[in-house]
Amino acid sequence: MLRRFDVHKVTSVAEALDLRQRFGADAAIYAGGTELLLAMKMGVARWPNLIDVKPIASLADISATRDTLRIGATATHWDIERNTEVRRVLPALAQLEANVANVRVRAAGTLAGNLAFGEPHADPPSLLVALGARVLLEGKVGSRSLPVAEFITGMYETALAADEIILAIEIPLPARDVRVAYVKFQILERPSVGVAAVATVRDGRFVGSPGVVVGAVDEMPRRVSTSQFAGADAHDVGTREAIAEAAGAAVEPTADLAGDVEYKRHLVGVFAQRALASLVATAA
Amino acid sequence: MGRREIHLRLNGGDRRVEVDDQTLLIELVRSLGLVGTKLSCDTQVCGACTMLLDSRPVSSCTTLAIEADGKPVETIEGLADGAKLHPLQEAFIERFAFQCGYCTPGMIVSAKALLEAHPQPDVAKVRHWMEGNICRCTGYQTIVDAVLDAADKMRSAR
Repeated sequence: MLRRFDVHKVTSVAEALDLRQRFGADAAIYAGGTELLLAMKMGVARWPNLIDVKPIASLADISATRDTLRIGATATHWDIERNTEVRRVLPALAQLEANVANVRVRAAGTLAGNLAFGEPHADPPSLLVALGARVLLEGKVGSRSLPVAEFITGMYETALAADEIILAIEIPLPARDVRVAYVKFQILERPSVGVAAVATVRDGRFVGSPGVVVGAVDEMPRRVSTSQFAGADAHDVGTREAIAEAAGAAVEPTADLAGDVEYKRHLVGVFAQRALASLVATAA
Repeated sequence: MGRREIHLRLNGGDRRVEVDDQTLLIELVRSLGLVGTKLSCDTQVCGACTMLLDSRPVSSCTTLAIEADGKPVETIEGLADGAKLHPLQEAFIERFAFQCGYCTPGMIVSAKALLEAHPQPDVAKVRHWMEGNICRCTGYQTIVDAVLDAADKMRSAR
């Protein structure tokens, strides 16, 4: 059961922005509804107006240029996991998307909505932060683009202004020899811990420092400080253990039904090691 | 806005119905007398309320009825052909793939979407696709067996 609201279907970005301005905090953007309608059913959020952006055809586009993958705001997890361009240029993202929640959530939920909701227990944010992805926003006064790491500002909190909408997510494509991995541990519908790793391994050593971002366990994704591992032996168990320790130290886990603080910190270490091992295994 | 007429294409039938914007798909379908679809967790976790909307499985507990405007909706009632059960329904009976039966309509509808997308799934594919459908009775093995049986049967019937 949902309390009464009005859905406003819009067919252009301009129309969406008009309504954003008119309703301000009395409206939310609506696309998949997988998070929004749940929150409204539970009574933790109430909006008298929903602005349905699905009819804006251009927002559904997924396209890749030589160096950027652009995912429109209404592209669903289902669309992304099946998209041949995504599978070709960024298979780690296609793989992540194929394992978000369950098939029904994937069929309806969007990547942009996932970010906009700021749910900490989510898969995409950590990988997107690790890849340096940006959120393209459009408002009445103009457009701006924020790194995902700055777009998400806290638990269920983002930098999205009440008069803005998300147009797309832009992901810089990693160079050919860069390896990308996302691994997670999950016992219910949402991940307890997710670790994204991005690195180049040449002749068994990291080129520069490996990028490691931990998601789902803290209030927001946390980048692990890894500068001391620049050029380190990627196959060395000691290196991986040290990075795992750094990952555990980088987070302040939230205790919940999926586990207490120390348990989750332990998981972070284990999964950081697995993410790195999987990178190294696929490296040339 | 507020209240509107939608064109409902439910299990092959065609009708116009008036719904409130906040009406959920499951509320609409059950109010029309099709009560095979069950509401359980109400949070998109359990899969009991699964329907196919435009051939994709959705949680009808968290889908607005207006989303169905002009798109085909399929529920458990749409599977049998008169008295002749769908191969998935037959396989669920033959394999004892249900006990209390509450999750079964969602299971079967979800499996139908799976077999449309992947007519020859392996065990891992079935488990991955169906992991969002929860059963508290069977322990899942018989369900997986039933889906694989139905896939075989549907393939040889082609």
